[in-house]
Amino acid sequence: MEGLLPELEVIRADFPILERTLAGGLPLVYLDSANTSQKPQVVIDTMVDHLERHNANIARAMHQLGAESTEAFETGRDKVAAFIGAPERDEVIFTKNASEALNLVANTLAWAGEHQVGAGDEIVTTEMEHHSNIVPWQLLAERTGATLRWFGLTDDGRLDLSGIDDLITERTKVVSLTWVSNMLGTINPIAEIARKAHTVGALVVVDASQAAPQLPIDLAAMPVEERPDLLAFTGHKVVGPTGIGVLWGARAVLDALPPFLGGGEMIETVRMEGSTYAGIPHKFEAGTPPIVEAIGLGAAVEYLGHVGMEAIHAHEQAITGYALEGLATVPGLTVLGPLDAASRGGAISFELDGVHPHDIAQVLDSRGVAVRAGHHCAKPAHARFGVQASTRMSSYLYTRPDEIDALIEALEYTRRYFKLG
Amino acid sequence: MTAHGTDQNGLDALYQEIILDHYKHPHNAGLRDDFEAEVHHVNPTCGDEITLRVHLGEGEGDSRVVADVSYDSLGCSISQASASVLTDLLIGKSIAEAMTIHQEFQTLMQGRGQVDPDEEVLEDGIAFAGVAKFPARVKCALLSWMAWKDATAQALEEKS
Repeated sequence: MEGLLPELEVIRADFPILERTLAGGLPLVYLDSANTSQKPQVVIDTMVDHLERHNANIARAMHQLGAESTEAFETGRDKVAAFIGAPERDEVIFTKNASEALNLVANTLAWAGEHQVGAGDEIVTTEMEHHSNIVPWQLLAERTGATLRWFGLTDDGRLDLSGIDDLITERTKVVSLTWVSNMLGTINPIAEIARKAHTVGALVVVDASQAAPQLPIDLAAMPVEERPDLLAFTGHKVVGPTGIGVLWGARAVLDALPPFLGGGEMIETVRMEGSTYAGIPHKFEAGTPPIVEAIGLGAAVEYLGHVGMEAIHAHEQAITGYALEGLATVPGLTVLGPLDAASRGGAISFELDGVHPHDIAQVLDSRGVAVRAGHHCAKPAHARFGVQASTRMSSYLYTRPDEIDALIEALEYTRRYFKLG
Repeated sequence: MTAHGTDQNGLDALYQEIILDHYKHPHNAGLRDDFEAEVHHVNPTCGDEITLRVHLGEGEGDSRVVADVSYDSLGCSISQASASVLTDLLIGKSIAEAMTIHQEFQTLMQGRGQVDPDEEVLEDGIAFAGVAKFPARVKCALLSWMAWKDATAQALEEKS
């Protein structure tokens, strides 16, 4: 199969969990990577080594361990900056996860400052967003009197751009959208939408939670009119740990936004009468951060960089194409979202006539195949296609074609189990 | 009781034939016009939904009869079958009896597979014993039961 990672078996050996078996001695077929990815040994070892040998609080401990810990943490930031091609390493803010990164932006935009959103302003998002890129904007609209508007979807699961000139106008202050849909898999035309949003002076916020794991991202190489102003993703989907996320923002934008959380480390000086604040990134990192998680994330994105994001993207496309072919052979199965692998990511949601997604996932699990069932935190996108829930398979750099075969076989078994045709 | 020949990691314990029968042919389904209270419950983690109406007979307090339970639901086989079994078990009982059955079913579901169900009380409901071993599915089985309890409490309040 063309496009597969040439050293797939070597890569698989980097992920110890792939060797484990499930109840009944069945091998694990892990097809839930869009939910969370598995972790390579180097991430696990890096985190353990830090805790065993270098643990100390950062940026304040005047001792050797403190210096080592601070350096490891800030090196994590350097590695993340390199991974997304950030124009400046200080533009990388560590957060708890992508949700917190998006909430940081949506909250600080409500407060006084150059970019403050107010009554009469408009915020634009899309119908295919994860709830974490809908709810913070709904809250911002409620708090400020602004109006939330959104791009609808076409029947094949793409953004309906036909009304873009009515949607993005002089009233638009923010356009926030996902790069890759976690439900439909669709890859959105970020450059085109950013270009349009920038002509009206709106900020462009991109949820890259599903894009960062599988698409090469080079922010510095993007023409500035097409580059997002802010970009969020989470660590645990890029083979890193949970508890750590990233907000990248252009320096001018981050400098103009007011602080989010107040506390230690985010200040310049504090007097009872008032305080002044640190520059970025620390301005947005109040309190002791998730230190070992940031270090683990650094190891994770460095690992992905060594494998090569171009190669990982090609692998995902090859596996996705193979999966789409296989799923098409299952009677009564309908894929939600684009049907060509080139314009989508590696998450494929589908329906199977006559069996509820929970029941599908349960039967698949009994065969060792791990998928997700439900609304995938994208209820509006499900509602758009008239479905309450779906089953989703999602691959990653360690997925082998025979695991897709196992999924298809298990789906056939599911049909027999529920006595369909 | 295994419906499908070979058991796949307890799958047949979960999907008893009784459950699949109720799923494919649910009893007392649909919303009917006589009711004192209507509730809408969702399982936020999976999106399963049920709209459920309770109609109580005349009388006082716990001695009133559950005259009807009607419902419209979306969800997996476990949640759908559970609603169907609920109506079979509770319609026609006094509220006091129905609450006892409710408690018995809830105890079974939350017993992690360690509780022996009483067939005298639960009838077809004993088929859900296997569900208790699948923690992720317990909420599916309890969705309609929690909705019924809520609706009944509201119906009683309305009358008092």
